[in-house]
Amino acid sequence: MNGLFDLPSDLQHSYPGLVGLHLREALIPVAAGLLLALPVAQLCVRLRWLYAPVLGLTTVLYAIPSLAFFVVLIDYTGQTETTVMIPLAVYSLVVLVPAIVDGVRSVPQETLDAATGMGLGAVRRYFQVQLPIAAPAIVAGLRVACVSSISLVSVGMLIGNQGALGNMLYTGMTYGRPRLIWLSVISTAVLAVAVDALLVLALRLLTPWMPRGGARPARKAAAR
Amino acid sequence: MIRIEAVTKRYPDGTVAVDRLSLDIPDRAITVLVGPSGCGKTTTLRMINRMVEPSEGRILIDGVDSRQQPVNTLRRSMGYVIQNAGLFQHRTIVDNIATVPRLLGWGKSKSRDRARELMERVGLDPALAGRYPYQLSGGQQQRVGVARALAADPPVLLMDEPFSAVDPVVRKGLQDELLRLQDELGKTIVFVTHDIDEAVKLGTMVAVLRTGGRLAQYAPPAELLSAPADAFVEDFLGADRGIRRLSFFPSAGLDLLTGPVVRADAGAGEITARDTGGAPWLLVTDADGRPLGWTEPGTLAAGPAGPARLLSYGRPFVAGRDSLRAALDCAVLSPTGWAVAVDEEGRVTGVVSQQAIGDAIRAAHATGRGSDGTPDGTSESVCDPAHGDRTPKAAR
Repeated sequence: MNGLFDLPSDLQHSYPGLVGLHLREALIPVAAGLLLALPVAQLCVRLRWLYAPVLGLTTVLYAIPSLAFFVVLIDYTGQTETTVMIPLAVYSLVVLVPAIVDGVRSVPQETLDAATGMGLGAVRRYFQVQLPIAAPAIVAGLRVACVSSISLVSVGMLIGNQGALGNMLYTGMTYGRPRLIWLSVISTAVLAVAVDALLVLALRLLTPWMPRGGARPARKAAAR
Repeated sequence: MIRIEAVTKRYPDGTVAVDRLSLDIPDRAITVLVGPSGCGKTTTLRMINRMVEPSEGRILIDGVDSRQQPVNTLRRSMGYVIQNAGLFQHRTIVDNIATVPRLLGWGKSKSRDRARELMERVGLDPALAGRYPYQLSGGQQQRVGVARALAADPPVLLMDEPFSAVDPVVRKGLQDELLRLQDELGKTIVFVTHDIDEAVKLGTMVAVLRTGGRLAQYAPPAELLSAPADAFVEDFLGADRGIRRLSFFPSAGLDLLTGPVVRADAGAGEITARDTGGAPWLLVTDADGRPLGWTEPGTLAAGPAGPARLLSYGRPFVAGRDSLRAALDCAVLSPTGWAVAVDEEGRVTGVVSQQAIGDAIRAAHATGRGSDGTPDGTSESVCDPAHGDRTPKAAR
């Protein structure tokens, strides 16, 4: 009898190895998407007319099924991790651009006026005022992007076994091994929840300035 | 000195926000821009720190065109305070205040030390230093806004309706605080408001702007109240400008009667022997000379006066420090029609009738006294103004 986390050799990975691979394939695209989304979103904030077409384009890209995306990309990037990660990065972009645009736009006009009036230039204003205040909205977007990315990686099993935990699901179905199927599904879900929880924690640490529900009574006294 | 020279702001759609405005803004004084919405007062203020660029004309700062220096250098040399404070919600109070020093390259700890010093200056508990803006009340946030503007000790302070969004009680406190600070610091302050009472209270000079961005009148507040340039200014000043003008006349010249003032333990003989100067009432004081209340001479002769048998004396005014407006207000509020004058310690120095105050007002108008005086109170009763002793800083 195999141990719960023992995997057949044709998966080519140990269980922790698969989990690591899954996280890499899911989170690198989100990071890439964030790096790309920040300048795109800033452009959309500065040039208002650009936002609608950008939103339209990313939504159309989002509508392309991942499998079709993979098939097209195989011609260029082969049956590799990259082929899985490019669509995932594009999908993150769709979630992140509106999140960042909304976040940056939510900075009150008077805060921006004060920043300008005190002599902060455009670059300082962006990095020292707009971006930090947009952090909650950006993290909200990242949570959606990460969770959807983690679940989508599994589809990569269909192109040359690039699905990490998805490969385990595929093997389990092919050889009729319910243990592997359950292990894959539950592991993927646990990963998604764990990453989400980490992001929530990170947001709390990043934004001590946010009013929290259930504030300590001491704060009440300070409010007036 | 800030000199605004024939400045016009025209927007691409043809709207003229400011129309050939010229103003000399005196150093170390508060100049108030006041007018109805759409009169271009905020636009004018923002042209001084170039958040709005003039279409025509120029602005000279100490004789130099404001476009001569880099825009952010210019802005860092002018404190900027706006409505709702516009604090950085993601920074602590101390770091909010330290913003401009940090921009100017001061070290972190030096900037924070300076910020803490300013918190005290503007009347904020230093314990709030580590808090975030959402944990402060509106009035406290506005104080932080003022401290932040003062942090790098700029010679100029631009204030755009800074106290409009707080309730009247807090606003009065902030106004008094600003006057106190100005006495200490002597900044060149340009202050925008739509509230004429605020303008009269704070301004050394008041510029009244009319819709379309044209200057209607530029004068010290007392002159504005006594000689409005036209019907627009008169209308804008409101119906009670005569009463408000009394804030500029000192009460020192009032003839105070001491005859009708008696101590509660005075004997009947002493009372009947007094020359009450024709007053139909007697003011009873305690042994220290603090007022207790009014009574009719006959009642007092019958026996010692208990507080229950006395008529309330309303609120006293401080003779010499308060204005004629405060004295009149006290007389109007008093059930006997007589105002009670006290010294700084609250001891009665005499009483005065509405009639006598009216005579003093006529005399003051006749001599034009107080035309270069200072306002001392608010739109409400001014029996205890915090700034009756403020030295005039009129620049001309």
